[in-house]
Amino acid sequence: MIDLIHTYWLYFLVGQYPQGPLGGVALTVLLAGFALLLSMPFGLAMGLARTSGRRALRWPATGLVYLVRGIPLLLVVFWTYFFLPSVTGHKTDQFNTMLIALVVFDSVYLGEIVRAGIQGVPSGQYESARALGLGHGRAMRSVILPQALRSMLPSLVNQFVSTIKATSLGYIIGLTDTSFIATQINTQVFTKAPQVYLLLSLTYFILCFGLSRFAFALERRLGRRTSSPSPAAAAGPAA
Amino acid sequence: MIEFNNVNKWYGKYHALIDVSEKIGKGEVVVVCGPSGSGKSTLIRTINRLEAIDSGSITFDGEDIHAPGVDINRLRSRIGFVFQQFNLFPHLTVLRNCTLAPQAVGGLSPAQARDKAMALLERVGLAHKADAWPSELSGGQQQRVAIARALAMAPPLMLFDEPTSALDPEMVGEVLLVMRDLVRDGMTLVVVTHEMGFARDVAHRILFMDQGRILERATPREFFDHPQHPRARQFLADIRTPNTAAD
Repeated sequence: MIDLIHTYWLYFLVGQYPQGPLGGVALTVLLAGFALLLSMPFGLAMGLARTSGRRALRWPATGLVYLVRGIPLLLVVFWTYFFLPSVTGHKTDQFNTMLIALVVFDSVYLGEIVRAGIQGVPSGQYESARALGLGHGRAMRSVILPQALRSMLPSLVNQFVSTIKATSLGYIIGLTDTSFIATQINTQVFTKAPQVYLLLSLTYFILCFGLSRFAFALERRLGRRTSSPSPAAAAGPAA
Repeated sequence: MIEFNNVNKWYGKYHALIDVSEKIGKGEVVVVCGPSGSGKSTLIRTINRLEAIDSGSITFDGEDIHAPGVDINRLRSRIGFVFQQFNLFPHLTVLRNCTLAPQAVGGLSPAQARDKAMALLERVGLAHKADAWPSELSGGQQQRVAIARALAMAPPLMLFDEPTSALDPEMVGEVLLVMRDLVRDGMTLVVVTHEMGFARDVAHRILFMDQGRILERATPREFFDHPQHPRARQFLADIRTPNTAAD
């Protein structure tokens, strides 16, 4: 296994780069990173639309959630890969195809997490923000979302971790990500499949574990900065 | 200052406010009382449009609160509202609770908002808690901060929706003391409360509500000594009998 790593570590990390396209772990990290960064604002928008008082926002968002949630990610990838070019008129490369599919898929799931977070904040918080004269947007930004974020964090990490793993689906459309490279290596070496796939698993595990630890540290820091709401304030309005 | 004209409100099929008409003048202290479910909380919440109404109108200084297109945020910033459950923002310090709206809505600079908030916290006796988190305060202290927070917008009108009902008995006094202080300043107050001692001492008028209607309007003396409506007599008898007074 040592010589396996010794021979292929660079190929595993960056693919054929710089002679060819970037691939391997670097590509996986880039893809997951961009997908997370882009799906956060979209997810936030989805969550706000889902909890909006306006039907013109709420209904389309709800429709999109039901649609995307009802089909496997694999099909979202296929749709992006095979049908997007026929709409836009030019071929999308594998990286961007995967990125678009992940952002669409994640936005929907993140949107539901955001919605749960918003709805978990006692309604008195929104009411008292509005009673002070804050508009809807300002009440959301300054009062509701900061509190919602705290309870959303564990679910957000879940989704982020599953995004890292979902990048491996790029394999089926020929994206040279970590899984693809590992398979290539396996084909070349041929006799060391368990070792290769153990390394591949370890790689995903390290990425996900790292993110989880980072999120945990963040959660602790947020928890230290403020204390939890008092039982009376959390009890909600009485009759 | 506030004028209700034939206000009606339904929750589904439940008729929560029935043909309510009433005028509240500048500088008046009005206590609204009545059994639970009588519509008194609903009534006070319609004044700043936390509850919508189905017919009639409510004006505040001549402006129709429930008219479509009215700048409700501007109006609300002139109507202080204090909740039963305090509703302080738990993720913000006491001081920040009091400076958020003045900066975001009132357009004050951080320094101005801070000075003003500190003066108000001083007034409610909690300047030393400015940097504390709401969860570190007792219920009575939280409610006093909530009052300071509402006062920070310098509203000419303050509404209190059962401000002492969620408090332990020993903390009721400190909150009522702050409210009495506002009355001394000549502020207009509408207070929904079960604190009959407070009502008797500081109210200019008492509105007694039951089943969505204002059944009696009287001075505290008239109301407590010579209630006219049978429901009012029943209500006063109930709250004076210790066995049934517990809620």
